[in-house]
Amino acid sequence: MFKIIKRENLVPNIHLIKIHAPKIAEKCKPGQFVIIMPDEKGERIPLSIADWDKEEGTITSVFLVVGTSTFKLSRLNAGDSIPSFVGPLGRASEIDNFGTVVCVGGCYGIGAIYPIVKALKEKGNEVITLIDVRSKYLLYWEEKLKKASDEFIVSSRDGSYGFNGYAPEALKDLIQKEKIDRVIVVGCTYLMYKCSETTKPYKIKTTVSLNPIMVDGTGMCGACRVKIGEETKFACVDGPEFDGHSVDWEELFARRKFYFDDEILSLCEWEKRLI
Amino acid sequence: MKEKELYREEFEKEWRKELRKSIPVKERMKIPRQKMPEREPEERIKYFKEVNLGLTEDQAVEEAKRCLDCANPQCIKGCPVRIDIPTFIKLIEKGKFVEAAKKIKETNSLPAICGRVCPQEIQCEKECTMKKATGVPIAIGNLERFVADYERETGKVDIPEIAPSTGKKVAIIGSGPAGLTVAGELIKKGHQVTIFEALHKPGGVLVYGIPEFRLPKHILNAEIDYLRRMGVEIITDFVVGMTATIEDLKEEGYEAFFIGTGAGLPNFMRIEGENLVGVYSANEYLTRVNLMKAYEFPEYDTPVYKGKRVAVIGGGNVAMDAVRTAKRLGAERAMIIYRRSKAEMPARVEEIKHAEEEGIEFHFLTNPIRYIGDKNNRLIAMECIKMELGEPDASGRRRPIPIKGSEFKMEVDMVVVAIGQSPNPLIPKTTPQIKVGKWGNIEVDWETMQTSMEGVYAGGDIVRGGATVILAMGDGRRAAQSIDRYLKDKR
Ligand SMILES: Cc1cc2nc3c(=O)[nH]c(=O)nc-3n(C[C@H](O)[C@H](O)[C@H](O)COP(=O)(O)OP(=O)(O)OC[C@H]3O[C@@H](n4cnc5c(N)ncnc54)[C@H](O)[C@@H]3O)c2cc1C
Ligand SMILES: Cc1cc2nc3c(=O)[nH]c(=O)nc-3n(C[C@H](O)[C@H](O)[C@H](O)COP(=O)(O)OP(=O)(O)OC[C@H]3O[C@@H](n4cnc5c(N)ncnc54)[C@H](O)[C@@H]3O)c2cc1C
Ligand code: SF4
Ligand code: SF4
Ligand code: FES
Repeated sequence: MFKIIKRENLVPNIHLIKIHAPKIAEKCKPGQFVIIMPDEKGERIPLSIADWDKEEGTITSVFLVVGTSTFKLSRLNAGDSIPSFVGPLGRASEIDNFGTVVCVGGCYGIGAIYPIVKALKEKGNEVITLIDVRSKYLLYWEEKLKKASDEFIVSSRDGSYGFNGYAPEALKDLIQKEKIDRVIVVGCTYLMYKCSETTKPYKIKTTVSLNPIMVDGTGMCGACRVKIGEETKFACVDGPEFDGHSVDWEELFARRKFYFDDEILSLCEWEKRLI
Repeated sequence: MKEKELYREEFEKEWRKELRKSIPVKERMKIPRQKMPEREPEERIKYFKEVNLGLTEDQAVEEAKRCLDCANPQCIKGCPVRIDIPTFIKLIEKGKFVEAAKKIKETNSLPAICGRVCPQEIQCEKECTMKKATGVPIAIGNLERFVADYERETGKVDIPEIAPSTGKKVAIIGSGPAGLTVAGELIKKGHQVTIFEALHKPGGVLVYGIPEFRLPKHILNAEIDYLRRMGVEIITDFVVGMTATIEDLKEEGYEAFFIGTGAGLPNFMRIEGENLVGVYSANEYLTRVNLMKAYEFPEYDTPVYKGKRVAVIGGGNVAMDAVRTAKRLGAERAMIIYRRSKAEMPARVEEIKHAEEEGIEFHFLTNPIRYIGDKNNRLIAMECIKMELGEPDASGRRRPIPIKGSEFKMEVDMVVVAIGQSPNPLIPKTTPQIKVGKWGNIEVDWETMQTSMEGVYAGGDIVRGGATVILAMGDGRRAAQSIDRYLKDKR
């Protein structure tokens, strides 16, 4: 069993969870993820590692409530335990001195991009953090990210804060303004897709942290397979980061929807039990 | 040689002599092989309950009487772990079921499992003298299962004697049959044993691969519980190579290692459309159903697609398990697509028979060449080609050759690819000192099971590629002996 140290509602529908797992905290690197099971009958779901503390022996993730598992997680509290928590999984982000890097984060990726921003800055990069939110009230970790970056930009789709529009448009403005050497995107699939589309004509290497459906997270099942160029890769061991210009997005979108009907059924059943 | 003398001693015991004399050989040969009761096909395809129900006590004794108690028993030679088969069978004939179980456990720590999943027909039962004499071997596997179940169900499982602590720590990586065997052997010798398992439940293929209807999980759990009672520590959710490397564990004081990480990497055919929604690897499909209990969705959260026209590609045990699972999950047509003919199928004979009874369709000499999706990337059909058999290949089986122009389409909404697994690459990748072979298998000295790294041993599917439970256990026994020697010499 793994102990929950903290569970906090950051903004509507997005929560933070901090778990005691000293072994994982000892080992993890930016860009890696964990697999978590909310209870004995739960599903194994992957969550990116958004922060960790070696001394405290804790791992922090940020998650968006979308279905049964994330809903269950959102109802847990400090002191509760979960039956399964495994990691760190996946390959770490490539951290090098690239020059000027734009780190784009949206949704849970606002949290998950944080370790990458920090590590890139430590390596001597000029780090521009670009955060996508639907509206200002959905922004979290602003101070934390600001402190870790050289430049911090928020783009809000309703114009309530910072750039008025969708983050890929803000990204395009940045590219036209200055020389960008690399782009890294973490967040929902559509954001990653759109950012990759944006940078493609400019041939700026763009890394995306893919989030296909997973089961074991150790390369055993192949649920997470994604087509990268001509090759099929397992996102849990070969990724989760891949070159955004080579991803077969159409396939990824389709594969993520595999269990759509079941997920709705599961959520309804679970909610019925709560009443 | 020692083995033979020991057997001789058992064989010459008074009670054995008397028992042999009590029924003439001719009479023994007339007794028909006892048929194990099983659930009716129409019933069993509705749920996941075990198909075989086990011999009754009377049946077991009757079957035991068939065994001729040969002076030179060939059956033992067919068993990879050399169980003293005649002795345990004669104990059954005497009604000493618990003693029979103890006898088996001298060499096989998981008899309830082997009795259920061993391909007996190509091992012990193949060599049985009665097979040569009458064509019908003694039901050794069924008897093994019977005594193991009897022992467990009557609560007569005693913890064996444990040697005084040696203070040496051994790390076992992977909790499949290979790892469990090593753990059981080494704990008896007084070492401190920890199993590290990547998944949240121990058992390896026994828990995530082989379905409930063939190996009920409570049987596996009883075995694991037994190991725990002996003092084995099992740490789940721990991926060696990621959570900690072998080097890290060394620093924590582990002095010897056993790698039993299995053949977990699913193979695909690399044909068009293999990533369509609706195409599964057997590992994913079976893991969802067995480990995650998707057959009880939505009581359990993990979903699995319930295909109506399901094609399973392959002809081994894995393919049989997948297709019979699909049938139980409501498939109207559950089909095996196999590129050779029935004679070459590697699956256990019993599995094929059960599948046939359950209405599984077999399409032999057929191979998929492409999967076809709709506009939403959902599988709707597959294109196959007919095959014919040519010259035997390296494995001795006749090589299938596509027949030009024989392509045809089949409507399917789900495909399970069950064409084999490769050794799990994680440990070799994170521990480059360990030498691997061409197929990614860890190389060992077959006598000691030692890898190219001192103090590190390996066995089971990670060295053999996809093999069998009993071979994994045999490797585990040999490795345990070497590890024990290594630790004692080191002192
Ligand atoms: C490497 C990786 C890192 C991720 N990091 C985060 C993160 O830091 N924060 C976060 O909120 N989300 C993250 N995700 C996505 C997260 O795993 C899914 O949102 C979650 O599994 C949804 O589960 P659910 O039961 O709540 O929803 P469901 O109702 O089951 O599913 C909703 C949607 O989530 C996706 N999904 C469902 N099951 C899985 C699964 N087992 N694996 C992956 N996706 C699934 C599907 O696209 C589905 O349509 C990550 C995914 C991957 C692969
Ligand atoms: C569906 C199916 C049906 C089968 N049917 C039969 C049958 O009827 N009869 C028969 O004899 N054989 C059968 N087999 C084959 C048999 O199950 C295997 O040969 C046997 O399980 C191999 O045992 P093992 O201990 O080597 O590895 P496995 O059973 O594969 O166990 C390996 C374990 O190691 C864990 N692991 C892997 N990497 C790591 C890591 N880095 N850190 C920690 N843990 C790790 C895995 O999670 C797994 O639990 C079947 C196999 C399958 C898949
Ligand atoms: S372990 Fe397998 S091969 Fe050996 S006697 Fe038992 S059933 Fe036969
Ligand atoms: S070979 Fe057959 S008949 Fe002879 S001892 Fe073995 S099981 Fe009995
Ligand atoms: S999640 Fe199973 S192989 Fe990647």
